[in-house]
Amino acid sequence: MTDSTITIEVDGRELQAKAGTMLIEATDAAGIRIPRFCYHKKLSISANCRMCLVEVEKAPKPLPACATPVSDGMKVHTRSPRALAAQKGTMEFLLINHPLDCPICDQGGECELQDVAIGYGGDISRYTEGKRVVADKNIGPLIATDMTRCIHCTRCVRFGDEIAGIREMGATGRGEHTVIGTYIEKSIDSELSGNVIDLCPVGALTSKPFRFNARAWELTQVEAVAPHDSLGSNINLHLRGNKVMRVHPRDNESINETWLSDRDRFSYQGLYSRDRLMVPMIKKSGEWIEVSWEIALEMAAAVFSEIKETDQIGALLSPVATLEELYLAQKLMRGLGCNNVDSRLRQGDFRLDETQTQANWLGIRVSELDALNAALIVGGNLRKEQPILAHRLRKAALAGAGVSYISPLRLELNHKHRQSYCAPGEMVGRLAAVAKAAGVKAGGAVAKLLKSAKADEFARATADALKNADSSVVMLGGLAQAHPDFSLLCALASGLADATGSRLCFAPSAANTVGAQLAGAVPHLQAGGKPADDKGLDALEMLKLPRKGYLLLGVEPGMDFWNGALSQSALQSADSVVALSAYRSPELEACADILLPTALYTETSGTYVNAEGLWQRNRGAVRPQGEARPGWKILRVLGNLLNQQGFDYTDPQQIGDELHALCDESPLHNKIAEPASLEPQLTTDGLLRAGDTPLYAADPLVRRATALQQTKDAGVAAIRLHPQEAKRQGLESAQHALIKQNGYQAKLPLQLDEAIPEGCVWVSAGLRDTAMLGQPFGEVTVEKA
Amino acid sequence: MTITTAKDKTELFAPAIRAEIDRWVAKYPPEWKQSAVMGALMIVQDDNGGWLTTQLMDDVAAYLDMPSIAVYEVATFYSMYELKPVGKHKICVCTNVSCMTNKSDIIVEHLEKKLGISFGQITEDGRFSLKEVECLGACGGAPMMQIGKQYYENLTPEIVDAILEGLE
Amino acid sequence: MANEVCLRTLDLERPWLLEQYQSRGGYEMLKKILTEKTPPEAIIEEVKMSGLRGRGGAGFPTGLKWSFISRNAPGQKYVVCNSDEGEPGTFKDRDILRYNPHQLIEGMIIAGYAIGATRGYNYIRGEFWEPYERFEQALEEARNAGFLGNDLLGSGFDFELYTHLGAGAYICGEETALLESIEGKKGQPRYKPPFPAHFGLYGRPTIINNTESLASIPMIIEKGGAWFADIGVKNSGGSKLFSISGNINNPGVFEIPMGTPFSELLEMAGGVKDGRRIKAVIPGGSSSPVIPGDQMMELNMDYDAIAAAGSMLGSGAVIVLDDTNCMVKILERMSYFYYEESCGQCTPCREGTGWLYRVVQRIEAGQGRQEDLDLLDDVAGKISGKTICALGDAAAMPVQGMLRHFRDEFQYHIDHQRCMVGVG
Repeated sequence: MTDSTITIEVDGRELQAKAGTMLIEATDAAGIRIPRFCYHKKLSISANCRMCLVEVEKAPKPLPACATPVSDGMKVHTRSPRALAAQKGTMEFLLINHPLDCPICDQGGECELQDVAIGYGGDISRYTEGKRVVADKNIGPLIATDMTRCIHCTRCVRFGDEIAGIREMGATGRGEHTVIGTYIEKSIDSELSGNVIDLCPVGALTSKPFRFNARAWELTQVEAVAPHDSLGSNINLHLRGNKVMRVHPRDNESINETWLSDRDRFSYQGLYSRDRLMVPMIKKSGEWIEVSWEIALEMAAAVFSEIKETDQIGALLSPVATLEELYLAQKLMRGLGCNNVDSRLRQGDFRLDETQTQANWLGIRVSELDALNAALIVGGNLRKEQPILAHRLRKAALAGAGVSYISPLRLELNHKHRQSYCAPGEMVGRLAAVAKAAGVKAGGAVAKLLKSAKADEFARATADALKNADSSVVMLGGLAQAHPDFSLLCALASGLADATGSRLCFAPSAANTVGAQLAGAVPHLQAGGKPADDKGLDALEMLKLPRKGYLLLGVEPGMDFWNGALSQSALQSADSVVALSAYRSPELEACADILLPTALYTETSGTYVNAEGLWQRNRGAVRPQGEARPGWKILRVLGNLLNQQGFDYTDPQQIGDELHALCDESPLHNKIAEPASLEPQLTTDGLLRAGDTPLYAADPLVRRATALQQTKDAGVAAIRLHPQEAKRQGLESAQHALIKQNGYQAKLPLQLDEAIPEGCVWVSAGLRDTAMLGQPFGEVTVEKA
Repeated sequence: MTITTAKDKTELFAPAIRAEIDRWVAKYPPEWKQSAVMGALMIVQDDNGGWLTTQLMDDVAAYLDMPSIAVYEVATFYSMYELKPVGKHKICVCTNVSCMTNKSDIIVEHLEKKLGISFGQITEDGRFSLKEVECLGACGGAPMMQIGKQYYENLTPEIVDAILEGLE
Repeated sequence: MANEVCLRTLDLERPWLLEQYQSRGGYEMLKKILTEKTPPEAIIEEVKMSGLRGRGGAGFPTGLKWSFISRNAPGQKYVVCNSDEGEPGTFKDRDILRYNPHQLIEGMIIAGYAIGATRGYNYIRGEFWEPYERFEQALEEARNAGFLGNDLLGSGFDFELYTHLGAGAYICGEETALLESIEGKKGQPRYKPPFPAHFGLYGRPTIINNTESLASIPMIIEKGGAWFADIGVKNSGGSKLFSISGNINNPGVFEIPMGTPFSELLEMAGGVKDGRRIKAVIPGGSSSPVIPGDQMMELNMDYDAIAAAGSMLGSGAVIVLDDTNCMVKILERMSYFYYEESCGQCTPCREGTGWLYRVVQRIEAGQGRQEDLDLLDDVAGKISGKTICALGDAAAMPVQGMLRHFRDEFQYHIDHQRCMVGVG
C-alpha cells in the first residue's frame, strides 16, 4: 500500500483518494452519502449488512463501498438504478423481520434504520409471514436490550473484540436464528460498554438509565467536557428543559476519538441524587438548619476572619473542581495569609514537593500514546482509573508495543503485556530492578535502592523494550500516587526514563489534577504553577496537625482522602469547617458547620486542564438545582466579605484569563530532582494493606450515579486475600474478617482472590464502608470477626 | 465467600480427555490453540452423553484460553453440537432431495411410530433421540441415516428394525 | 476410459492401504519430484496444462489458483483440502477418502512442494467418521514411510499434514468459511478480496482445493497435463467423478471423461427406476438450476454444455427426478436446506432464504397467492449477486431454475391448492 493519491469518479464527480483506502472513506470525505449499517470508521470492516452496495463500472455485481478498495480511474455510481435497486433490496430484507414498534422504541427519532428506511424502504411490506422474535437477556444495569430489533450489523460484537478488548457479546446460532448477545445471562463489564449504545444503529441496545425518559426530538444539545478522569473527554449534554437527560460522546480525535467511558457517560445520574444540597445550612447545637445565603456567607466569612493565626486554616480542595474554583479558593486562602492549600487528597507521600518547581502532567500528548513502542506502567490499573487512556495504550500494544506493569495486584489486562505484581512494599524494589537492568546511574537515595536491587527476567525484558523503542514512557498511575513511597517510585522512574530515552509520565488522576497545580491549589506551587514563596502544609499534614478551621471544596470526608479515618477525626476536631458542596452526606454533616450548596459541572461555567495541559471550558448548560450557586460566585462573595483585593469578577472568563496570564507558555514539566536521602516508608515485611479507589468511587458525583453503582466496577467493601494468605491467617473458611489499621478497625466480608499478592490484604478506599480505615497502603492485621 | 480465580487447567477435565484435546491442540500453530475448539467440544460432548452444558463450554474456553462467548458461538453454529440432552443413540435421518425421492418419509414415519417420538425428542428411557439432518453425502445409498458415528444406507423399515435391534 | 484418475485403485482389495497404492505406482511421482528437484514452476505449468478445474463446484482453474501464490514470499504457507462435502447430491469425495486416501495425500504434498508450503490441513466434514478414520490411518502410514515429516526422502523439503474435523455446517464448504472454521471460529465466509492466496489460513498465503482436484494431481504429474486434458473436452479437461442419485436403479460414483453424454451416464447408473419417465435433472448439486429431462438427455457432461443449458456442472452431483416428483415439493425441500444452512452473516441471505422457503412452503401447502411466483423471482433476484459468498446465489438459482422450467406446476398449485402430479 502506498500513500499515493489516485483519482476516481463518483456520480460524475472526480474525487481524489488515497490508494488502498475503501470507497466509502472517499465518498464520506467528499460528503457523498452512501447508506450503511455495519460500517464504522473505528471498527474493522465486515461488509455484512450489504446496505452500501454501489455500482462500479466493469464489475459484474454491485459492490459494498465499505469493502471495495479504490483504484485509479474507478467509476462509481451510488444512485444509479442498479445501485438503488441493490440498496432497496437490502432495505427490504432488513425490514421484514424488524418489528414495527418505532412508537415505543427509544431509538425512534435517532434511528439509523428509520432514517435510511425513509429513503430506501417501501411503504407496504410484502412479507406476510411471522416476524422473528428474540428473547432478551439482562446484560446489566447500563444497557437495555430489545434484540428483536437487532439487524445483526455486529458493530457491538466487533467493539468488544477490537476496542473494549474483552469479548463479551457475540453472534450465536446461525442463519435467520442468529442472535447477538451474551448467550448466557451475564452483565457486560467493560468500562467502555456504553459505547455499544451509540454504535447500535437500531433500538436493540439502548441506554437503560435513559430508557423511556425522553424522546430524541425533545432534547437540546450542549457541548461540554467530562469531569472525572484526566482526559477531559468531549461530550454533549442532552437536555430537556433544565435537566440533563443523558450524555453522549462528542468526537475529538485527539482525546476520546469517538468513544466515552461509562463513568463519563452515566455519572449524570448523580446530578439528581436525592441528597443534593439545595439550600445553605448551618449547624446549630448539633442540628442542621436552613439559612439564607446572606447569613450563610457572612457566617462562613466570620469563620475565617476570626482565626487570627491564619496558618491554623486548611483548605482541602477537590481536584475535580473547576479551575476557576481552585484558583479562587487558593487566592482567597493565600490572600488571608494561609498557604495550607492542597488538592492532592489521595496522595500520601509529599517528600518531593520541596524540589518540584513546575506542574506535573501526562508528559505526552494523549494522541501520541497510540504510537508508543514501549511502556512501563508503575502502580496503575489504567483501565479502572482512566479508561480512555488505557484504550489508547492498548492500541499501542496491539500494534506491537511492549507494555510492562509493576502492580500491587494482578491486573486484568486486555492486551499482550508483561506483568510483575507484588505486595506493595516490594514495588520500589521491582522498579529499582528495572532501573538497574537499564543501567541507571544515580547517587543519593536511588543509588541505595539500585544497590540492593536484583534484575530478573521481567526487569531485563522491560528495560530492553524501553531502550530499544523509538517512543516509550515510564508512567506512574493512581496506585503509585497513593503509595507511601511515591517519592522513591518517582525518583526511580525518572532515572529509568532518562537512562532509556523514555518520557516520564504521570497519569493525573482527576479532571483538574494538572489544572490544580497551575491554579496554585497545591502548597508548593502558586498560581501559574511556579514555586510558592512560602510553602504551606500539604493535604496530609493539614490532617495530621489538625487546624482550627477548614475550607472544603467539593469533597467528602472519609471517601475522598488518602487516610479516611484521619480525615474524619481531624475535621471533626476542628472548631469550624466551611464546606462548599453539592451534596449532604453523613460524613460531611458530622464535621462541617456551614454547608454552602454548590453547582456541579453541568451547572457552572468552568475550565478543566486535562492530562496533556489542554484547557477546555464548560459553560453552564443548566441552572443549578435549588438555591445552589456556582462555586466561583460563592468564593467571590467570600473574597469580598473578607475584604480581599481582586475578587470583583463579573464573568468566570475573567478568572480563567487572569490565571492564564500567570502561566508561562509551557508551564508543565516532569522534572524530578535526584533526592539526596529518602528512606522507604513502607515495610517489605509483615502483612500490608493495599487498596485502590474503585472506578465509580472516585468523586462525590460518580458515587451517586445509581446505575454505575450497580456494576462490578462500583467496588465492594471487602477484605480480599489470596487463598494461601487466608490460610496463613486462619481465615480460609471465614465469611467475614476484622481488619485493624492504626487503631481503627472494620468488620468486612472476606473474599478469596488469587489476583491479590500474598502478604497483602486488599481493601478498597473511597467507599463509605471502608472510610473508617486508614491509608490505602500500610500495616494491618486481620483476624476472625 | 467468593473465590475469583482462574481454574487450574489440570482441574478442568479428566486426564484422558485432556490428552485427547491436547492431540488436537498439537495439530495447530502454538498461537492458534483456538483451532482445537471444534475437536475439544466434540470430545467433551461425547464424554458427556452426547450434549454440551454451559459449564463444559466454559471449561473448554478456559482450557484453550478463549473468551466463553467465542466457544458459545462455535457450539451454537455447528449442527453436530447438542445443547440439550439427546438419547444414548442419536438417530439422524437425512430428508434432503435424494433421500426424499427415495422415500425417506417412510423411514421417518417408521422410526417415529416405532420409538413414539418425533424429531427433536428423546424416548422416555433415554435410549433414542431423533434428529432431521441435511444431506450427509451418502446419496448413493438413499435413504440413509446416521446413528452415532455410523452411516446406515439403503434403508427400508425392516432394515431399520434390524439396526435398532442390534444396538445396545 | 473409466476410473483412470482418482478411482484407479478401486479394483484392488483394501485399496486404501499404502502397499496397495504403491502397487499402482503410488508416491512414485513424489519421489521423482523430490529426487530430481523438479522446479515448482514446472509442476504448476503441468497442472495448468491439464485443464483441471476446481472439482468442488466453482470450476476455477486449479493451476491458475496455484500460480497466484507468491512462492518465495517468506513465512508459513498452507495447503488446505476441502473435504467438507455437503452439496446435496454429492458423495464422491467420501469415496476418495475411503478408497484412495494416499493419492490425496500425495497430491497435497506435491501441491505443498509447488507453492512452498510445509503444512497442510484436510478439512473433513464431521459426519464423515469412517472416511476420517481411513484418512488418519493413511496419514499414519505415510508418516511412517517417510512421506510426511521433515526432510522428506532426504530432499530437504518438509511437509506435515493434519486432519481438521468439521461439526456440521454446509457453509464450511465455502473456502473462506472453511478457513475460519479451522481457525476455531464459526464458519462464516470472509469478504473477498483479499483472496486466500494472499490472506488465507491464519492470515498466511494458502491454496485451498477440493479433494478430487488434489487427488488428481499425482496422475497429472505422472502422465502429463496434456494426457489429462485430452481425456476430456475443450475447457473441461480430464475425467471427473459424477455422483448420480435420485430415482435411479444403480446410483453411485462414476469416474468418466468430461463431455460424456448424460444419456451414457444414465445408462451406467442403470437407468431411471421402475422404467419411469425422466422428468428433470439437477445436474451439478442442489444449487444448480434444474434442467427438464428431455433437454438433459441431449446434453454432454462438461462445463460449457451444462452452462449453455442455463445450469452448471458444479460438483458433478446429478440428481435424477422421475415423473412422480412434485417440483414444488422438491423446491420446498431445497429452499429449506438453504434457509437452514445460511450462516446468517449477511442480510440478503439471512433474511431472504427464510422468505423464499416460507413462500414455497405456502404454495406447497395449497395456500399460494397469485403474486407469489413473481415475488419468488423478485426475492431470488435480490439475493443473487448481493451476498458475501455464493450461498446466496445457491439459494436463488434453484428457485429461478424451477420457475423457468416448471412454472406451470407452481401455478397449478396456486390455482388448485393441490399438486398436478397426483402423488405429490
